[in-house]
Amino acid sequence: MTEQAIEKQTESEKWEPKIIAFLCNWCSYAGADLAGVSRIQYPPNIRIVRVPCSGRINAYFIIKSLTDGWDGVVVSGCHPGDCHYISGNLVARRRFAILKELLEFFGIEPGRVNFMWASAAEGERFAVLIRKATEIVKKLGPNKKFEKKW
Amino acid sequence: MVMIVGLEEENKEIESNMRELARGLLKEKKVDVIIGYKKGTLPMMSQPIIIDKEEDVDKLLWNNTCYVNLAKYLVPRVAKFVDPEKGNLKVGVVAKGCVGRALIHLASENRINLDEITIIGIPCNGVINRQRIEMEIGEKEILEVTASGNNIVVKGKNFEKEFPFDEYMNELCKQCKIRSPPLVSKFPDLHVGACEEYASIVDEFDDIAEFEAKSPEEKWAYIQDALSVCTRCYACREACPMCYCNLCFVDQNKPIWFGKTTDMPDIIVYHLIRAMHMAGRCVACGACSLVCPMGIDLNFINRKLEKIVKQRFDFTSGLDPDTLPPMTDFKMEDAEEFMLEED
Repeated sequence: MTEQAIEKQTESEKWEPKIIAFLCNWCSYAGADLAGVSRIQYPPNIRIVRVPCSGRINAYFIIKSLTDGWDGVVVSGCHPGDCHYISGNLVARRRFAILKELLEFFGIEPGRVNFMWASAAEGERFAVLIRKATEIVKKLGPNKKFEKKW
Repeated sequence: MVMIVGLEEENKEIESNMRELARGLLKEKKVDVIIGYKKGTLPMMSQPIIIDKEEDVDKLLWNNTCYVNLAKYLVPRVAKFVDPEKGNLKVGVVAKGCVGRALIHLASENRINLDEITIIGIPCNGVINRQRIEMEIGEKEILEVTASGNNIVVKGKNFEKEFPFDEYMNELCKQCKIRSPPLVSKFPDLHVGACEEYASIVDEFDDIAEFEAKSPEEKWAYIQDALSVCTRCYACREACPMCYCNLCFVDQNKPIWFGKTTDMPDIIVYHLIRAMHMAGRCVACGACSLVCPMGIDLNFINRKLEKIVKQRFDFTSGLDPDTLPPMTDFKMEDAEEFMLEED
């Protein structure tokens, strides 16, 4: 192996995915906070965007994140029935179901976009799911499908 | 019942009956204007026409080139039919299955009032896939198109070619299960020919099964290949009866959501979001594919949407004006097998 190849290999091993996480203000954001306060370790790959409710999340956000080069997207909201706005997450769930199937149909790996529920009391669950999502995205590798070629 | 021998005869019979019905409606002042099809300026084309006089009724036409979805002329973005003295005009629409479905779906979204609209139902037997025939003819100019038996006969200078209609039909028409407007029983005397009542639709979605079985890489390659010719002219949007937003997301410039170039990522994003917006709303008229100047076949995306909505929410668009469309509705027990869960 040449020196360059070794350098390349170590670089790809070093590669860490960047994941954008849309967390709802009332449950998941508080859940993430609890995970932090309880000092539960979870991968530092996620960058959190706080949104009022998972129902606020438009499919634009998710697709825009992918085109802007994020390797993965995580969307998290309150458990069904616990929504602060009564039914925001139920409306969002239908949207996510269709988006996920459509992405798969277009040949974009469905694992890039992950949806989950986590309540404000579930710091541990939040950490576990983020760990899982990070692993999935890590396996998929960098998001190159939306890269513009000049 | 009269035995029908071929396309031409079938269409002629529907056409003459439709004209009679239209004439009667205009005479009795049940409608003020009728939206229908007339002969196009090119062979193998038809164009929409709005008539308000009895003597114009003979301009109305019905054949297998009538692909425009006339419901588009009634959606809010287009000017309304208003008379300065009479107020809102009563409109009659010549409706094949998908036009009827579009009208009913628009009513379920509270965009139009079905009571103000008279649906002249027509059983449709499919629309010719014009682009495919043109592609096979090539550079030669088509001068005349007729039908004989079940074949489409295309004539031009020094050539004549026959195309079997069953094969050269628009892809969505091949799968069409709703050939005449639903709600026949509501308007019993307002349809021509054999219009059926549709209670529920059984669809196996065999046509897209092959594509769905491919790996993500193969799908991505296929999608890229199919959409790479897209010039972003938005003809598909303009022809669609369901695209009635005052400001489309691609025209929005505050904020600019998605790029407006014809680079591959931008094209894919446009079609992805377009599909997202069509979920549970597409009425499978195939107008988007038939108007595409680059001949892109968007039907397979529309079929997938139909499948998702049918399987997940058991909904077929445009059958019942009182059922809420799935994307404006929700249920506590919706499937959520795609959500991330702890092991």
